[in-house]
Amino acid sequence: MRVNEFVEFFNLKVIAGEQGLDREIRGGYCGDLLSDVMANAPVGCIWLTIQGHLNIVAVAVLREMAAIVITGGREPDEETVQKADQEHLPLLKWPHSAFDLAGRLYVLGVGAAPTP
Amino acid sequence: MRGVDLYDHPPYARNLADGGSNQTVCRYMASLKKFFFIKARDFVHAGEASIHIQNLLKSMHLDPALIRRIAICSYEGEMNAVIHGGDGILNVNIESNRLTLEIIDEGPGIQDIQLAMQPGYSTAPEEAREMGFGAGMGLPNMKKNADDILIESEPGKRTRACMTFFLGLTKEVQ
Repeated sequence: MRVNEFVEFFNLKVIAGEQGLDREIRGGYCGDLLSDVMANAPVGCIWLTIQGHLNIVAVAVLREMAAIVITGGREPDEETVQKADQEHLPLLKWPHSAFDLAGRLYVLGVGAAPTP
Repeated sequence: MRGVDLYDHPPYARNLADGGSNQTVCRYMASLKKFFFIKARDFVHAGEASIHIQNLLKSMHLDPALIRRIAICSYEGEMNAVIHGGDGILNVNIESNRLTLEIIDEGPGIQDIQLAMQPGYSTAPEEAREMGFGAGMGLPNMKKNADDILIESEPGKRTRACMTFFLGLTKEVQ
């Protein structure tokens, strides 16, 4: 599934990185501890987090993620939006919990891909 | 034959002042050295050196799994210097059969290295914890992903972490 299909399906809000919307989602990961995400998130995954600060972009770029979803209706920092745009990394927003969205992703067949 | 001594190289000082990076290609040794200046508490630029290194390694067509291991280590090392270390330097040295990452920071040093290596142990300040750092996973992640790691610290002065990766060797990371 591509990020733009995912965005349309769940009516997510795209905050930044529209240039990267055609990326393929190859798994998912939920986490708010950056070291854990850095060590364990699968490559090409979609990452669900409540963190909105700038460093999430570096982690996502290093793990070659498809997109970041900021859950719980939280707002990312302005610098985060600018950086994600620069890196062509889709930054999405979801009003409900990460659990809620992860469940929906599983139904669509996006599981937790094995950690590389 | 001796390579170019990085510390005598004039552009070094200039690039430190810019907060930028410089690279020296030593033709005779077939090695590539690159270094980055890491600024303490600079969460805005944190991670950029690691992204730069990752792009460089991709352009060299190294094994993707190896690049990921190196990226984890350089990111954790970089963040350690940002969070704990005072200003620091990240050195990358790529030779034909191995790559070393060296992170030297200007203190406050690690009181007990063995304790710091334990998963879950952290001395990170509240500011860093709120951002999702300081889970006590940095050094364990580095140890897990590097082929060899050496950490030296003088409490109150500086810390030096040196990680080696053997190119062409596959390491299974649990």
